[in-house]
Amino acid sequence: MNVITDHLAEFGDGLLLTVGLTLLSLAGALAAGVVVAALRVSPVRVLRAAGMAYVEVLQNVPLLVWLVLAVFGLPEVGVIAGLFTTAVVVIALYQGAYAAEAIRSGINAVPAGQGEAARALGLTFTQSLRLVILPQALRTVIQPLGNIAIMTLMNTALAAAVGVVELTAAANRVNLAEAQPIWIFVTAGLAYMALSAVFGLVTGTLERRLAILR
Amino acid sequence: MIAVRGLHKRFGDQTALRDVDLDVARGEVVVVIGPSGSGKSTLCRCLNRLETPDSGEIRVDGAALPAEGRALARLRADVGMVFQSFNLFHHKTVLENLTLGPTKVRGDSRAEAERRARELLDRVGIGDQAGKLPAQLSGGQQQRAAIARALAMRPKVMLFDEPTSALDPEMVGEVLDVMTGLARDGMTMVVVTHEMGFARQVADRVVFMADGEVVETGTPAEFFASPATDRARDFLAKVLSH
Ligand SMILES: Nc1ncnc2c1ncn2[C@@H]1O[C@H](COP(=O)(O)OP(=O)(O)O)[C@@H](O)[C@H]1O
Ligand SMILES: [Mg+2]
Repeated sequence: MNVITDHLAEFGDGLLLTVGLTLLSLAGALAAGVVVAALRVSPVRVLRAAGMAYVEVLQNVPLLVWLVLAVFGLPEVGVIAGLFTTAVVVIALYQGAYAAEAIRSGINAVPAGQGEAARALGLTFTQSLRLVILPQALRTVIQPLGNIAIMTLMNTALAAAVGVVELTAAANRVNLAEAQPIWIFVTAGLAYMALSAVFGLVTGTLERRLAILR
Repeated sequence: MIAVRGLHKRFGDQTALRDVDLDVARGEVVVVIGPSGSGKSTLCRCLNRLETPDSGEIRVDGAALPAEGRALARLRADVGMVFQSFNLFHHKTVLENLTLGPTKVRGDSRAEAERRARELLDRVGIGDQAGKLPAQLSGGQQQRAAIARALAMRPKVMLFDEPTSALDPEMVGEVLDVMTGLARDGMTMVVVTHEMGFARQVADRVVFMADGEVVETGTPAEFFASPATDRARDFLAKVLSH
């Protein structure tokens, strides 16, 4: 047990970085998801195609490949950003593709009459989406978005591979010094589980609070 | 107020509207009747371009219907629509349903929009339901709220697509009463309905449709007493026999 208490500071720093990575990239993913889902249901064909291309390209290359590509490729083309920032942006864009698909299914679940009534009032397509469709769509996909939040949390561990010292990387460093992998990685695993339990609770609460009466 | 010329609309190989002409004068109440599938809803939905016609021309208050975008939205703001299934916004209170359009489309202040919304809710007899969600209202109350929502935009014309068909029988009257009041106040109205009593008493003109065509049109007195076509006679025999 001493291996953990002796290295609490390292674990703490890693955990903080994991939480930061997760919350920031999740916020970005939701924003990207809303925009891309809106593109995918747009009446303009080019925008629909752009939304679809985004999802296909992002989902069909592993996140680790995107991370490595960004960390080593961006400086080549003159974009210099910190490792943490790069990781946040890449994870946000990647998870954004999944969020977009979840949100799009929510949009499709909103009865067509809602959008028709909105347009019949004189709202533009964008206003209808923003004021009538999306608020209802998002409430129906709280559960899938909660799963995406947990997936985002787990995927932040990949940032370890490009040098961000988040929880997994921190555990690895402690293990290099102490060689007690079981204790160290079980501790890291429990921390991840605790965090995803929090996401589960938040999702459940939101779902109960925001349920729509029909 | 509304002038329709040579309207055609197909869904795949199914023709929903065939060469439809229709004129509605300012202040006129036109009731559209006809068998199910005859194109009444499609006609109604073409009038504010919820359906895009294949050909033909529609003018509302002199202006041709714009095809897309802001100009179309602006025109729709002047054309109120009431749906069979109410289509109140589920996530908003009744009051918010009424203020959304005026604040976002007309640019009214929130206070002004709320004041007018409460006035309209009183007018349709549900002033005490303003703070509720649509799901907490009866069907008749929801439809009256939907009418008030359309009126909140100060429309030049109101379209009704079978506004009482989804209601329990005991609630039909309260909605028809609101519509009759509107007609008396001089609103220009196009009403698709199977309520023959309403057509007789309130319509200035009845339009009978079958198979996507306007088969016959006339005053309710003429039309109900002596329909000129066999199809209208058959239809009336069916709907009036019970
Ligand atoms: N969205 C649609 N897709 C395919 N066919 C449709 C659609 N809407 C209407 N139709 C067809 O067009 C015809 C006219 O329908 P509609 O205007 O709803 O008639 P009514 O309102 O008089 O019952 C029907 O044959 C119907 O099946
Ligand atoms: Mg119909």
